[in-house]
Amino acid sequence: MSVRVTIDGQEIQARSGDNIIDVAAQNGVYIPSLCYVKGKPCLGTCRTCSVKVDGSVMAACTIPVREGMEIEVNDDAEIVDMRKALVELLFSEGNHNCPSCEKSGRCELQATGYEVDMMVSRFPYRFTPRVVDHASKTVFLQRDRCIFCQRCVDMVRDERTGKKIFSIKGRGTHSSIEIDAELANEMTPQQVRHASDLCPVGCIIDKTQGYDDPIGQRKFEIKSIKDRALEKEHR
Amino acid sequence: MSTEVQSVLSCYSSDKTRLMDMLWDVQNQQGYISDKAITQLADGLKMSSDDVRETLTFYHFFLDKPFGKHQVYLCNTVIAKMNGYHEVREALEQEIGCTFNRVDDSGLFGLGDANCIGLSDQEPAMMVDHVVFTRLTPAKVKDIIGQLKQGKSADEIANPDEILNTKQDYVEAIVDANLRTESRVLFKPNRDYKSILQKCLDTNIPEDVIEMITESNLRGRGGAGFPTGLKWKMGRKAEGAEKYVICNADEGEPGTFKDRVLLSHSPKDVLLGMIAAGYAIDSRNGIIYLRAEYWYLKDYLQQQIQDFRDDGLLGNKVLGKDFEFDIRIQMGAGAYVCGDETALIESCEGKRGTPRVKPPYPIQQGYLGMPTSVNNVETLACASRIIEKGAAWFSDMGTEDSTGTRLLSVSGDCEKPGIYEIEWGTTLNEVMTMIGAVDPRYVQISGPAGDSLSVEQDGEREFCYSDLSCNGSLMVFDHTRDILAIVRDYSEFFVEESCGICVPCRAGGVDLMHKMERIIAGRGTEQDLEEITTWSNLLKGTSRCGLGTAAPNPILATLDKFPEIYAEKLVVQKGPLLPSFDMDEALSAHELAVNNLMKEGE
Repeated sequence: MSVRVTIDGQEIQARSGDNIIDVAAQNGVYIPSLCYVKGKPCLGTCRTCSVKVDGSVMAACTIPVREGMEIEVNDDAEIVDMRKALVELLFSEGNHNCPSCEKSGRCELQATGYEVDMMVSRFPYRFTPRVVDHASKTVFLQRDRCIFCQRCVDMVRDERTGKKIFSIKGRGTHSSIEIDAELANEMTPQQVRHASDLCPVGCIIDKTQGYDDPIGQRKFEIKSIKDRALEKEHR
Repeated sequence: MSTEVQSVLSCYSSDKTRLMDMLWDVQNQQGYISDKAITQLADGLKMSSDDVRETLTFYHFFLDKPFGKHQVYLCNTVIAKMNGYHEVREALEQEIGCTFNRVDDSGLFGLGDANCIGLSDQEPAMMVDHVVFTRLTPAKVKDIIGQLKQGKSADEIANPDEILNTKQDYVEAIVDANLRTESRVLFKPNRDYKSILQKCLDTNIPEDVIEMITESNLRGRGGAGFPTGLKWKMGRKAEGAEKYVICNADEGEPGTFKDRVLLSHSPKDVLLGMIAAGYAIDSRNGIIYLRAEYWYLKDYLQQQIQDFRDDGLLGNKVLGKDFEFDIRIQMGAGAYVCGDETALIESCEGKRGTPRVKPPYPIQQGYLGMPTSVNNVETLACASRIIEKGAAWFSDMGTEDSTGTRLLSVSGDCEKPGIYEIEWGTTLNEVMTMIGAVDPRYVQISGPAGDSLSVEQDGEREFCYSDLSCNGSLMVFDHTRDILAIVRDYSEFFVEESCGICVPCRAGGVDLMHKMERIIAGRGTEQDLEEITTWSNLLKGTSRCGLGTAAPNPILATLDKFPEIYAEKLVVQKGPLLPSFDMDEALSAHELAVNNLMKEGE
């Protein structure tokens, strides 16, 4: 069933039940997100896809479109700044040092930082000490960079038993990402690559892969995260 | 495999949705949940060990390391701090012989903090091994710890007359009820539950019950005020192989304790409300989610449920009708966020208490994916009175949009803290007189997540859903109290209780707390106040659940009501330097260092 909604004042047709991120992308409007993966159940953790729906702030990945919805993505200065603030908050909460990071150029957080025009975080940098976990043979867990998106927790499972390989320990600001080293050792190279690609930051690092692509030829340098997000829709 | 863990697993048929119960059983047997036990549980449940830890480490009272034979948790609320908390804390450290968050050398005691444990009318209070001790003083602490050292159990000390823990007298021996008002709707003694239910089932089809509740205009007492009749109507309409009724007894909002008193003085009102809900929405299963802090009510409540089974009010055929309903108790383990209905459901399913993404709402897809009506303890108790006395009797009380009465848990600076049943429409000033507040300045209603009131400005406002929509917590502070320190404590509370799943609440909450600390330290500027406001709006707008959206409330509301207390703390810019930079202090270090060196030289 088809519904009519407006995005930044422009009226568009959309399929009922599709979420706002997908509908916007189908119509050429990019909404940043660091946890949503198209085709997977929405996680709703990063909130960087926040938009205004009929005047209220909502996470676009969590909301299915409804007839008559008025969605503001870029027309409202406050919501644009809120998305930017959330990205900045992530940079100050963890320890993100892009120039030395293996994921630089392939990192969704870094790429999104560029998209939202972030220069520096407005929040005080915390420099929280976080410990690297290198116990598994396949994966470095660089906890400095974890943004707790939960993609790996929900979407990476042991292929034989279906058990969780990644999990969260503790709660709130005391949380940490954990890896079951035994199960991680059983991961195939393809699965390790999948987990590392799924990670929107440089937290899950494939031990066999380093700084593979030269500067200038890295993933988001060849094509921006925005273009990639929109292009998937037009394919 | 240890036979203990094995028997725990088989007790719950290795059903991983019962992980909370299994963790409690293991901890109650072994004192803590060892790595070995975690592995055994994980193997039995076909989960990874870290997956079990995911649940375990989420909850304050689950222990993955030994934490003493006796686990002592001192409640650290702002109300406790107004009543001698610091002296009691010191006494505990001294008597036990270790500092907080440690185990003493003998391994006899573990000493820790707890957020509000539902005893604000008798603080300072502490939990020791599932029992509580109230109105603590250093002398009382010395006595209790001394007796524990002599080998007595916490239960023997709190209940010296050895009253059976299934009796109301047992609860009375441990905590005071402090019921301050005559019954209007709630706490009606000597009700004949069997004939009330019999009459209800004989004369009403489920739709009639829903209609009655709708007509009474009963609204959820947890705070949101959702119409109960509408919720049940949606529950009836919702399709599912099973349906569930959950009583939310995870009363975690600091300053609230009405559910504790309802569950100890009118437990069967609540059970009857659950049966009515089950009948209305066509559910066979009820769950009471009881916070771990109320462990001392567990056996007593279990007995109340058993009484109902024995009398035929619960079971395969409730009072001979073709209606099946039974109730079980699910224990929580210390997580404020589980008061959110979807987090509570996750917890009931053995997982971390993380609020779900909504929609879908629990009434469509809740516990185990099935339609679930989650209702507050007080709402259910009210419902049981409505089916007895009728909708009109109930809606005659209160105001047009807020019918019936409201229980207030009153604490802080007043002569008579305790439970008050007020008719909706009562003003703040009337309540202040009722409770004997001598010099009230600031009142925090609905807990830290609620609103901050100035008695001077808000005195004539009414308690009702369209104005002071209070969830039952009411904390009073007089003119001697340090409001900024209270607000900082509330910010810390939200930081500690944030589940951490969404960015604004997890990360932004910490920054708001730091801002408060900066202002209290006298280093804040006008810009800090502006940032507090915009950052607060970020949390309010973008957080995933009510915890994050409410976390900035105490700051924003006190900024609005008491701007002068913030203003007088601010530093103003002098000269070209940052206002937060104190030139004299920065230079004084040099003089100090020189002086110290001179002294050493002598």
